Parts: sequence; structure tokens; C-alpha cells
Amino acid sequence: MTTGRARPSRAARGGYRAGRTSPAWIAAFCLPALVLYGLFVVVPLGTAFYYGLFRWEGIRPAEFAGLGNYGEVLTRYPLNEEIPAALWHNVLFFAGTMAVQNTVGLGLAVLLYRNPRGKRFFQTVFSLPYLISPLIVGYIWSLLLSPTFGPINFMLRAVGLDSWARPWLGDPDTALPVLILVNAWQWIGGPMLIFLAALGGIPRELEEAAAMDGASPSRAFWSVRFPLLMPAVGVITVLTFIGCFNLFDLVYALGGSDGGPGGAMDVLGLLYYRTAFEGGTNAIGESSALAIMIFILVFGASLVLERFLRRREVTP
Amino acid sequence: MTTRRRNVRVLVVHALLWSYAAVAFGPLLLVAIGSFRSNADILRQPVGLPDSLDLGNYVRAWETASISTYFANSLLVTVAAVALCVAVSAMAAYALSRWRFRGRALLAAFFLSGLMIPAKLGLLPVFYMFQSMGLIDTRPGLVLLYAASGVPFSIFVIMGFMRGLPGELEEAARLDGANEGRLFVSIALPLMRPALAVVTVFQFAPTWNDFFYPLVLMRSDSKYTVPVGLTRFFGEFATDRATLFAGLVIALVPLALVFAFATKQIIAGLTAGMSR
Repeated sequence: MTTGRARPSRAARGGYRAGRTSPAWIAAFCLPALVLYGLFVVVPLGTAFYYGLFRWEGIRPAEFAGLGNYGEVLTRYPLNEEIPAALWHNVLFFAGTMAVQNTVGLGLAVLLYRNPRGKRFFQTVFSLPYLISPLIVGYIWSLLLSPTFGPINFMLRAVGLDSWARPWLGDPDTALPVLILVNAWQWIGGPMLIFLAALGGIPRELEEAAAMDGASPSRAFWSVRFPLLMPAVGVITVLTFIGCFNLFDLVYALGGSDGGPGGAMDVLGLLYYRTAFEGGTNAIGESSALAIMIFILVFGASLVLERFLRRREVTP
Repeated sequence: MTTRRRNVRVLVVHALLWSYAAVAFGPLLLVAIGSFRSNADILRQPVGLPDSLDLGNYVRAWETASISTYFANSLLVTVAAVALCVAVSAMAAYALSRWRFRGRALLAAFFLSGLMIPAKLGLLPVFYMFQSMGLIDTRPGLVLLYAASGVPFSIFVIMGFMRGLPGELEEAARLDGANEGRLFVSIALPLMRPALAVVTVFQFAPTWNDFFYPLVLMRSDSKYTVPVGLTRFFGEFATDRATLFAGLVIALVPLALVFAFATKQIIAGLTAGMSR
């Protein structure tokens, strides 16, 4: 980064006289972003790893523990039960979001693509909730879904579906599905717009060719258009995955920091927060170990996921 | 026969689109309507129209619940953080996409890897670092944190944009003897404007909305941003639904404005991942 001389071949390929820039300019342009990002994003994660290697008493590191905290977090009650439960909820949430949010998003994108009339209006309305704070979304829905005075139950009763009315967020059986639906309600604009852009990028001739060969519209979709949507599917899958493990605000608003009735909505994000700020004397050691495990899981899985999905890409 | 079948299909498609529009917009409409009704009215009949256009709920939410303070804090923190983030990201992205130097690819990869890092997991170290720097319970602390976490996405978008931009204008200016700083300010920045707009809009929403960092890092009520303030507000007015609805509407207004003016940039930002 410090030496400014580029290899001549590259400068020649570049077309303009690049590579002449002095190290001072390079530093002046790159350092502010590097310092900011390094100091407040990367260094804390490194520090978390370092914290995790010690056993803490309050805010003082008491002894070097190696990977002891990791073992402790995975085996000692209550974390040894909370971690698998929270992880399982994250997995269910990811699966549910892929199944509901992203398929409905694809469906809406296809509908809008085939019927461009009113496209702008619909795409704006559908993605309206996208900008709202997840916390506010959670509060809005907890008011709408509240057992006695909530409009949802009120409307169910009004149309004679009394038996359907229930404390949606207070019932461990419905809490997680409701969480998935509320989250999908908020973010559906994302996959819809990405799919719409991807559909727009596919040449029409391909489909016309398929139609001339006698393929039915649904067949043409699944065997011609869908494979070409794979890059979009890849981007959306990775984004959904990362978002799923960042889940915090929405669950906090819908179920509090304990994750709702019987922890039915407890997820890793909440669990990390509780371990760090409501934990015992070794809170720093344990929560840091937990943070590093979540980090490895998310970062590693995103890399693998991206590799895997890239290999399935087809170019028109 | 075929035209009739086509008409039926168009009808079905529109019915589907309108019903999802109701799902997307209905809840917001309920909140908006509720904010004009009286609390007793809402408790008696959860769904219904307001008797009169009563702004009392808004006055109560704005004044007694100090939403005005939260609002000012959010605005200050968000504007400063987005400005800082866009400034440093534009410079770095320019250098990374226009200059060739050793370690360039590595540096770019280092920035872009931030797109996959769950940055919130560094919260505890950030907390102690802030404590030692005297940044706990300060708005500048939040600004630095938000600006930093926006860097990867901003660099990603601006670099993607620069790749499609020919360097001829810069080359001409360089031949005229302009130095690199001058080149950046008067040639590159104006050219980058569409990308900067996307980045600004896209950083604005998550920064305005963030709840996690101020929940942990802020302590005094007078420095709360809107989301943290709202949790307090919800505790205080738990039984007064009408005021809660009004507070929610107030919190939503800035984003509604952003949305109204910047739909194009939002769509461009959402689909930025596709141009890779």
C-alpha cells in the first residue's frame, strides 16, 4: 500500500496514466476510511476474540483461559440449552423467510414484470415498509396483534372466526411464525426489486424461442428464466442469511429481551445481548466466546454459500 | 376467446397485486387512522374511523414524551454520520478504482469483507473502547460508529459505479496540470453524484432506525435517538394507544419523506448487488 509504483503492464492496460500517484496521495485518500472502519468495526471483533481467551471477574481479566470459555458456554447450564435453542430458531427463521418472503417476492416480481401497468405504484407500495425501523415495525404489529384490543383479532371476530382470534405473540406455537411473517412484511420489497431487475435483464428472445419450441409458459419460466435468475437468488440468499443472524430489534419489540413466551422467539442476537449485559461475573469472557462463534458461523457460511451459488450461475 | 382469457388473466393478476397492496399498506393505514382517534374510542372499537380530526394525540406525544428531543438527536447523529461516511468512502473508493498501487486488491477486499461481518458482535469491545475514550453517552461516539459501519457498503457501491465511468476527463485535467486533490474535488466528485445519492439514501435509513447501539451506549434521556426514546415512550404510555400511534407516525415521517423523494435511488441501491 505504501509503494506507489505500479507494474508497467498494468498502467499500459489501464489506458490512463495510473500508477504515477504518490504514496502520500494514496495514504491521504485511503487512510480516513481505513482508520474509521478498522478502528470501529474490525478492531472490536479482534478484541472480542482476545477477550474470549480470558476468564473475567467483572471488568477485570482474572486468568488466561485459552478456549475454556468456549467449552464453558457450550456445556454449562443455562447457555448449553439456550444456544442450541436460539440457533434452531435462527435456522427456522432463515428457512421460513426463504420460503415465505423470497418466494412471495419472486411471485410479485413476476406479476409486475408480466403486467407493467401500474408497476411503479405497486413496487413503491410493496416496498414502503422497507425503510421503517424494525423496532417500529415490531411495535406497530404488537399493537395490531394484541389479544383484546388489537384490530387483527377484532376483525377475525367480526367475520365470525372467533376461534382464530388468539394472543398471537403470547402463544409459543404462533410466536415464531408470526415473527417470520412480520419480518417478511417489512423486507419483501428487497427480493421483489432484485428479482424485477434480474427479470428485466433477461433477453425476451430466449423465451420467445422456448415458446416457438412449444414450451408452456410455466415450463418456459422454470427451464429458461429461472436458471438465469440464479445470480439474483444467490444475492438474496446471502442477504437473507446475514440479515437473519443480525436479527435483534424486531424480536426485542415483539417479545422483549427474553425472546417472547417461553423463549419461543429467542435468537442468537438476543442471546448475545443478554449474555453480555445481563450475564454473571464472567459475562465478558462468555459473551465474547459466543460472539466469535456466531461470527465464524455467519462469515464462514456466507463465504461458502456465495461460492456454492456462484458455481450454479448461468450466463445468457 | 383468447382475448377473453387474457382479460380474465389480467383481472386475476390485478386482484392479486391489489390484495398484496392492502397487506403492505393496511397496517400503516390503521396506525395513521388510530393516531387521530381518542383512546377510549380505540379501546371500545379497535377498527374504525376518527370522530373528528383531533391533533391532541400529536401534541401530547410531541410535548410530554420529549419526542422532539429524540427527533433532534436522531437528525443530528444521522446527518453527521452519513456525511462523514460518504466523504471518506468516496475518497477511498476513488483511490481504489482509479489508482494502481501495491496492495490495492487486498485493501479493497478488506473493505468489502465488511459486507459479510455482523458488526454488532463487536458491541462489548466497542463499549469498553468508548469508555476509555470518554465516548459513552455522547453523540459523536454514535456518529463515528455509524459512519464506520457504513463504509463497506458505500465503497462497494461507489467502486461499482466508478468501474463504468471512463477516466478520460480526469486524464485531460491531469495533462492540464491539476493535482490529485483538485482532480478529485472538481472532476470525480461531480461525476460520482448518482452513486453518492444512492449511498446517502441507503445509509440514512439504517442509521436513523438503529436501536442496538444507542440502547447500550447512551444513558441520558436528553441524548436518546428516536428508536431508544420510543422504548421509553412505549413504557410510559403503554395504555394510551392513541398517543402511541401518534408517536409512531412522528417517528415515520422523515423516512416517508426520504422515500417520496428518493425512490429511484432506493431501487438502485437495492439492486446494486446485481451489477457485480
